[in-house]
Amino acid sequence: MSKQKWENTLGRTLTLICAAILLITAISITYFIGSKGLATFFKNDVSIGEFLTGTQWNPDGEPGKFGAFPFIFGSFVVTFLAVAIAAPLSIGAAIYMTEIKPRFGKKVLKPVIELLVGIPSVVYGFIGLSVLVPFIRNTFDDTMGFSILAGGIVLSVMIIPTITSLAADALEAVPQDLRNASLALGATRWQTIWRVVLRTALPGILTAMVLGMSRAFGEALAVQMVIGNTTALPTSILDPTNTLTSGITANMGNTIAGTVANNALWSMSLLLLIMSFVFILLIRLIGKKKVM
Amino acid sequence: MNAKLANRVATIIITSFAYLIILILAGLLGYILYNGLSVIDWDFVTSPPESLSAGGGIGPQLFNSFYLLILTMLITTPLGLGAGIYLSQYAPKNKLTNGIRTSIEVLSSLPSIVVGLFGLLIFVTYTGWGYSLISGALALAVFNLPLMVRITEEAIETVPKEQIEASLALGISKWKTITHVILPAAIPGILTGTILASGRVFGEAAALLFTAGMSSPALDFTSMDITSSSHPLNPFRPAETLAVHIWKVNTEGLIPDAREVADGASAILVLSVLVFNITARWFGSWIYRRITSHS
Repeated sequence: MSKQKWENTLGRTLTLICAAILLITAISITYFIGSKGLATFFKNDVSIGEFLTGTQWNPDGEPGKFGAFPFIFGSFVVTFLAVAIAAPLSIGAAIYMTEIKPRFGKKVLKPVIELLVGIPSVVYGFIGLSVLVPFIRNTFDDTMGFSILAGGIVLSVMIIPTITSLAADALEAVPQDLRNASLALGATRWQTIWRVVLRTALPGILTAMVLGMSRAFGEALAVQMVIGNTTALPTSILDPTNTLTSGITANMGNTIAGTVANNALWSMSLLLLIMSFVFILLIRLIGKKKVM
Repeated sequence: MNAKLANRVATIIITSFAYLIILILAGLLGYILYNGLSVIDWDFVTSPPESLSAGGGIGPQLFNSFYLLILTMLITTPLGLGAGIYLSQYAPKNKLTNGIRTSIEVLSSLPSIVVGLFGLLIFVTYTGWGYSLISGALALAVFNLPLMVRITEEAIETVPKEQIEASLALGISKWKTITHVILPAAIPGILTGTILASGRVFGEAAALLFTAGMSSPALDFTSMDITSSSHPLNPFRPAETLAVHIWKVNTEGLIPDAREVADGASAILVLSVLVFNITARWFGSWIYRRITSHS
């Protein structure tokens, strides 16, 4: 073989190996988390039904109780609360940046918001712990401050930059001609935004919301610091609770590998893995315009 | 009439949302920097933490964060470059390529705590390395690799087609074209992206709790024995980073000045991320100007 050909083959193979490492990593993560997570049900004989719907969590008890529903419920509640707060604000800000003050938006706001995407989540958690939790404790009666509300607000502030910058990208991608045509027909700016721009950018905006949701659902430390970490089902938004991520964070270090209590935590991380697959699927469906 | 009124009301609401967000985020940054900067001094940045009493610093944690960042980038950059080159230059339209693209999507959407648990299983337990810098760096590499691949691919896409075709037309081999034409032209984009990615790695904590660990041995910067656990550069020693430290002092609450330590550490973390971002932007536009003014 000539030197050139040999070089080409070598280059192609080397880069293919790099790419294949990604594939291997993704498959092994799925396999290892999957097999560890399923061991709870197949080796330790915990019933899947009890795990998903049971409300009693006491892995060290005799017999141990493995109802992870409070964790699952907590994760969903704080995530939805976070998106419910963040989405309107972020989409509003994105509209402001692209439709109302586009020059100021592009030059100043967008770079600043993108900068904030990079702020570490522990910092959000720490501010939540030192400002938000005392604030809630002093404002409402009968609460420690550690609550669903605190978790939801911390997560919402954390995902606002993400949703805003992605939604602004989606709005910017709407062709200027559409806006001009609508304005030429005598529509007001708001009518143009509401009936033309938002409709056209809807898939992109939905994708931004799902990505924000998936970030909130998977966030561990920021939530763990403000949520209170109790295993009882909450009855109000001011009650402390627990999430899948905070449950894992708080207990992984205290359980011994191989025990049921430890395996149950792996089952929780399997749930997190499955949820991130669900989010990917949702984004793909939105891309194909099937969910609308 | 109504349409005009609706227009005005909507504009006011949208504008107030935008200002509310600016207010929240500015307040957040101001709060962190204001509280933190009063704590930060030379002693705080260099001295080791106290375990039970007040007055400790964050020296080893700061060192660990930077060292871990370097280790992670040493692993991620070549792999990300390789995979990015493959996907943009070689990858045929087949099942394997699809699989690789799906993997990137999966890896980039994984919660970082799940990446950390995978690291605990494979790098910490299976290899027997225990809580160590190398386990942490590998876990962070898993977390950072998809981003690195995307950065490389996007940077390569901006290289003009004509430039690549001209090189191939001259009879230069594909591989030489990649290493001598495409990569040099894509380097500015890749570097800018890498600096931004570094900021993300620097602040990550959840993936490190169970891989690099939550403790740091006393470091001896005069030590010559790299296998000793007090040697700062030993990759097999446990290493608590700055971000993990913020979480630990707040949840354990063993030191009386946890609040001050966390204030200072948060400010340093945020400042570092800002420096990474601003450097990346400045560097990107500087290199852009240099390239465009010469052509």
